[in-house]
Amino acid sequence: MNNNSFEKTGILARFIMRRDRVRLPVWILSFAVVSMVVAITFTDLYASVEERQAIAETMKNPAMTALFGEAYGMNDYTAGPMMAHQMLLLTAIVVGIMNILFVARHTRTSEEDGQIELIRALPTGRLSQLSATLLISTVVNIALALVVGFGLYALQIESIDLEGSLLYGAALGTVGIFFAAVTAVFAQVVESSRNAIALSFSVLGIAYIIRAIGDVSSEFVAWFSPLGWILRTEVFVNNYWWPLLLTIGVGLIFVGLSFYLHGIRDIGAGLFPAKRGKSTAHTFLLHPFGLALRLQRTGIISWLIGMSVLGMTYGSVLGDLEAFLSDSELMQELLQSSAGASITEQYITMLMSVMAMMCVIPAVMVLLKLKGEEMKNRTENLFSRAVSRLKVFGSYVGLAHLVGIFALLVSAVGLWLAGLAVMDDMMSLGTILQAALVYVPAMWVMISLATLFIGFAPSTVYVTWIYLGYAFVVSYFGGMLQLPTWLEKISPFAHIPEVISEDMTYGSLVVLTIISLIISWSGFILYKKRDLLG
Amino acid sequence: MPLLQATHVTKTFGNFTALDQVNIEVNKGEVYGFIGPNGAGKSTMIRILLGILQVTSGEATVFGMDAWKDAVHIHKRMAYVPGDVNLWPNLTGGEVIDLFTKLQGSSNKQRKDELMEIFDLDPTKKCRTYSKGNRQKVALVAAFASDAELFIFDEPTSGLDPLMERTFQEQVLKLKDAGKSVLLSSHILSEVEKLCDRVGIIREGKMIETGTLEELRHLTRMHISVETKRPILELASMKGVHDVVLDENKGSFQVDTEALESVMGYVSKSGIVHLESAPPTLEDLFMRHYESDEASQADEVGRDEQ
Ligand SMILES: Nc1ncnc2c1ncn2[C@@H]1O[C@H](COP(=O)(O)OP(=O)(O)OP(=O)(O)O)[C@@H](O)[C@H]1O
Ligand SMILES: [Mg+2]
Repeated sequence: MNNNSFEKTGILARFIMRRDRVRLPVWILSFAVVSMVVAITFTDLYASVEERQAIAETMKNPAMTALFGEAYGMNDYTAGPMMAHQMLLLTAIVVGIMNILFVARHTRTSEEDGQIELIRALPTGRLSQLSATLLISTVVNIALALVVGFGLYALQIESIDLEGSLLYGAALGTVGIFFAAVTAVFAQVVESSRNAIALSFSVLGIAYIIRAIGDVSSEFVAWFSPLGWILRTEVFVNNYWWPLLLTIGVGLIFVGLSFYLHGIRDIGAGLFPAKRGKSTAHTFLLHPFGLALRLQRTGIISWLIGMSVLGMTYGSVLGDLEAFLSDSELMQELLQSSAGASITEQYITMLMSVMAMMCVIPAVMVLLKLKGEEMKNRTENLFSRAVSRLKVFGSYVGLAHLVGIFALLVSAVGLWLAGLAVMDDMMSLGTILQAALVYVPAMWVMISLATLFIGFAPSTVYVTWIYLGYAFVVSYFGGMLQLPTWLEKISPFAHIPEVISEDMTYGSLVVLTIISLIISWSGFILYKKRDLLG
Repeated sequence: MPLLQATHVTKTFGNFTALDQVNIEVNKGEVYGFIGPNGAGKSTMIRILLGILQVTSGEATVFGMDAWKDAVHIHKRMAYVPGDVNLWPNLTGGEVIDLFTKLQGSSNKQRKDELMEIFDLDPTKKCRTYSKGNRQKVALVAAFASDAELFIFDEPTSGLDPLMERTFQEQVLKLKDAGKSVLLSSHILSEVEKLCDRVGIIREGKMIETGTLEELRHLTRMHISVETKRPILELASMKGVHDVVLDENKGSFQVDTEALESVMGYVSKSGIVHLESAPPTLEDLFMRHYESDEASQADEVGRDEQ
């Protein structure tokens, strides 16, 4: 590797900044604003010691640990420890997602689109684009760390001191740098940016699952997850900085690896040479539906595996939860007297809504593929032949719904199987499936929304993600933040009856179904009527 | 009734007019050449004919059916090859050809194998690894393998090597012999000249010329090179004479068809020793539209200044 390899990195870095001049500041500010708002809310909502310790009691169980991570400072559960416990992990995941998308966009996506070829034909170094991307992602993560850190400190909340705030910000930035590096490696290994993103997301998902297992049952296991590492900063309580050094150190190894791999592969290619394939098509491929499925086969299978593993992970906590409950008489009294539902039932209901929302993601991604196909001028290949728009659109919409339901089913079955293994009196599969399937109408609303936006104009689909993110936040934090009911009710998932603890009611399900039918139908009409981009 | 007809087709994107009152007619058994500079609106017109874009106003019909509403019916009898063929990177060429012929409706295995042979295409390779020309061949094989009655090509040879370009031209001539109709958009004027019965020239969204090559030639200049007994010095100042290169008694020049008679009268008076004339090429025709346009723009500027 000669010293020209990084030629013009600076100019390319500026160019990346320019391309993302809106996106990056928006990301950074959103993280800061959300963190600050939540910190203020925690402080206001739980003003007295009694209130704080009451909420701490409900948090101290394996189920919550699996969801949020190991809790520290529970004997003085003030806003600082609350942030560390309930916000850090989730925010870190979103920071990871942001970095994965950013790095993939400027490395493999640019390469796929042929932009890198143009850049490399100019007097730029071989590693310049990669190093410029990593440079900017590092700058962004540092900026994020500082803005969030000083933002939190500026609130002048007693339990949120300067060191803790900076460490909190730094933990987020560190996770960002780590996943930027991971994505840089995958961007060298596989040929398509979709696959690079999918693999990086898998690492993020696996990191979450390993951490959950580790936090609940074995400290040792948690040390295999970068998300486990940053939780071990015990921020706002003990403020250990060294886990961040570990995260960055491993991240740097990945950076080095990505440079090495980039050096030994050809532009446009992955690490492995392309294999030859069939000279004729399987009959299954010869229909728009078969084609849609074939194009996304790997992604769909990965999601189904991921969702079943997630279900099993959550399910495996049930045993610990049961043991914990039988030990703690106080908890039993507290929960069983106040509501009819047992904590296990509440936990399962909450998991089902979380998993149903997660299952919307692969479904919407199936629809996004249609957008991608249109952007890459590939739908033209279909529509210039005797294929109706209804058929192609219907294939993608149908596939999206199938993927959503299948993902939900495998996660529910995963949860049930794991529960069966660890609990003495696990609920029947029927009960679990019913608890899962009641969420289907809410998923329909989300998927049909994406249908509508693709029908209207593909560039607007991102609104679906915002709405899904909103639904997720209100369901995850709704109770904790004591949001007004109407804010929660904007989410379709808030209208689903809790069938495990309550009686089944059909009213809202029927309404959701009708709403989603109307929205989908509009999407179909619009798609039929609009100009295609290609 | 023409096989393909566009009448007063206008297409706007926002406040940009990509097509302005465009008329096209392609009759049965005819090869129609569609030429024009980059961004003139050729691909936009073709996409309207494919029912991928909707007209803002005007009417586009194929086989007497509405290009937008009856797209699926039309496409059963039509084949299309874009200039920029975008394929799925993880499917093989063979799979894509099968998919395309199946979706188009007709498939003829023997013909497909023959064409793959002729175009020298390896169907087992993933599309990701194909060169631009090979991607184009995939689309061409799929199109030629179909039993379509109308073929639309949008710069189909932009990535082909000269040998393959000739193969393409042979295939188009075969289609013509078989009585099929073709709409061919191309920047390769020699190709259009060789294949097309009629030509339409589009510029900035407006059709500026249509007709058979003969008709269009009539509108333009002849190339003349001549050797005379006496000098022909007045030639340079005559009306309708262009690009004069004179060397004593020898000279070459271009002459507008309208001025041919008077110019030849003058030249013959000087005693012709040797005379060669060549019909205008499509390129001349094309260039003339630019020149005249630039000239008229210059005029306008001049007028504005006055
Ligand atoms: N979706 C769109 N939105 C806005 N403008 C468009 C759109 N599609 C095409 N145009 C514009 O319409 C004009 C005609 O484009 P078109 O692709 O039809 O040109 P063309 O004649 O095929 O050119 P070329 O020879 O380069 O292929 C161009 O100026 C182009 O920028
Ligand atoms: Mg074009």
